[in-house]
Amino acid sequence: MLAFTIRRLGQSLFVLVVMAFLVFLGVYAIGNPIELLVNPQADDVERARATAALGLDKPFLEQFGIFIARAAGGDLGRSFVYNIPAIQLILDKLPATLELAAVAMVLAIALGIPLGLLAGLKPHSFIGRSIMAGSILGFSLPTFWVGLVLIMLFSVQLGWLPPNGRGETVLLLGVPVSFLTLDGLAHLAMPALNLALFKLSLLIRLTRAGTREALLQDYVKFARAKGLGPGRVIGVHVLKNILIPIVTVIGLELGSVIAFAIVTESIFAWPGSGKLLIDSINQLDRPVIVAYLLVTVTMFIVINFVVDVLYSLLDPRVRLGTVAAH
Amino acid sequence: MRVATAESPPPAARAAGAESPWRRFAAEFFEARLAVLGLALLVALIAVAIAAPLVSPQNPYDLAQLDVLDSKLPPGEHSSTTGKTYWLGTDDQGRDMLSGIFYGLRISLAVGVASTVIALALGLVLGLAAAYFGGWVDAAIMRIADIQLSFPAILIALILLAVLGQGIDKIIAALVTVQWAYYARTVRSSALVERQKEYVEAAKVLALSQRRIVFRHLLPNCLPPLIVVATVQVAHAISLEATLSFLGLGLPITEPSLGLLIANGFQYLLSGKYWISFYPGLALLLTIVAINLVADQLRDILNPRLKK
Repeated sequence: MLAFTIRRLGQSLFVLVVMAFLVFLGVYAIGNPIELLVNPQADDVERARATAALGLDKPFLEQFGIFIARAAGGDLGRSFVYNIPAIQLILDKLPATLELAAVAMVLAIALGIPLGLLAGLKPHSFIGRSIMAGSILGFSLPTFWVGLVLIMLFSVQLGWLPPNGRGETVLLLGVPVSFLTLDGLAHLAMPALNLALFKLSLLIRLTRAGTREALLQDYVKFARAKGLGPGRVIGVHVLKNILIPIVTVIGLELGSVIAFAIVTESIFAWPGSGKLLIDSINQLDRPVIVAYLLVTVTMFIVINFVVDVLYSLLDPRVRLGTVAAH
Repeated sequence: MRVATAESPPPAARAAGAESPWRRFAAEFFEARLAVLGLALLVALIAVAIAAPLVSPQNPYDLAQLDVLDSKLPPGEHSSTTGKTYWLGTDDQGRDMLSGIFYGLRISLAVGVASTVIALALGLVLGLAAAYFGGWVDAAIMRIADIQLSFPAILIALILLAVLGQGIDKIIAALVTVQWAYYARTVRSSALVERQKEYVEAAKVLALSQRRIVFRHLLPNCLPPLIVVATVQVAHAISLEATLSFLGLGLPITEPSLGLLIANGFQYLLSGKYWISFYPGLALLLTIVAINLVADQLRDILNPRLKK
């Protein structure tokens, strides 16, 4: 177990360094930010001075070296546009994203598992079919299109919910949050539902498939033959056995919910880190793009690492070598 | 669907006798009404996309045909100059939405299918290589696939497009990059299972060449799961392209796909001019749902575990 954890940790660090290099290499190739930042009438001397001030005149590898050394100390450069540290810009916007992602995930779990169980127990009934049809829709509809329809329906037609922004926030442990005020909740409702829909459909499908397969297993037949009530068979024998893959997927999806928030935030003008990324790409704000990607990638790697270790604790058959063979 | 028709029946099934596997496959497919509906819809959409220049009331890319006076007309309005009816309204440049959607569908489908076919070919080769050679080749290919699959497709595509810039070739490259790993994984795992089976042993006993065993025996039997993955992935690719175009990172504005048409109308949504975004969105939705309905039924037919 310890050997597995150490090996997995080494792998995570390796992926992190490779990703840092790729991100830096990639972002380095995006246009020349000087063109955007310096007055178009500026002469060559002025340009050279600005280039030197931003450190863009140094060779690529040296820039990467400086970048890594500083990144290790938590300094990911200053935003070209806002002229404040990029990491600070990201950290300012991150709570809004995390709040949105957390609310969406809770919504998806609270609705997805019961609905999936229901659909798995009665796959041929009307309700089972309806749930599945709904999940096919939720699975296949692009997030931005659902967001658009939500705005059309609830903001334009009915006028119930505000189409953009975060609404009134209150400080919770020093962090502004929306979900504790009524106005904030109204602003949160549509983006959270929008972001939850895909995960909700995924959880429904996963739970349904797991339930259907578990119901055919001998241990369920045996439990029934023992005369156990349907509540106990489902609650203990079925649910417990299908929960391992579900918990794993929930863990892995935590990261992807943050990535998908990029789209949701752009539609609902939610002032989070995803919207910041899109704005930064359009403004060629290189340090912010790099900082965002590194922060997100690090979160991913940490989440994947924790999920993998937890999974191998839950299911001892999982080891690095055998994972690949499945 | 093009992928499905490329499949030759497995040799073992061909020898089975009277009932041809194709007919059995078709019969099973047509059992589900919803899947048939999806297939019919898909065929209709593909037909419209291919015939777009013939069936569109106007060429949406020809600026000479656009009239600024006709901009943002609601559905059913008539043109002020030619008197033509705009069934689905017009956008901010006076472009007929119906024509825009037909041409946009063409681009969306083309991008989706092209990226899927390229990714499928790449994944097939890499997956078979991993299964066949084993050892460090296998480890290297699968480790890269694992790492890549641990990040969401949208994030990787976004990074790539931020680096590469806009353009139809760039978006296809980004879509291929995010998709190949699914195929490589699927092919490898089924090839590893199939390799152990008796028909492969039988082929070896017959002293058939390695290449013949891999391509004539192993490959056809690895195809069913691959077809399912490919159908689902076409829908994913179309959806992802639309999302990226919506975010302003996909295709250039000169030849808009469905996603870009939607993005274009988004700014007018709050002022009640819903049709500029809504109808392209509806076309996108129908396309994706149709493909998914077909894919779902294919999965049910081709997954032996669900058979009674």
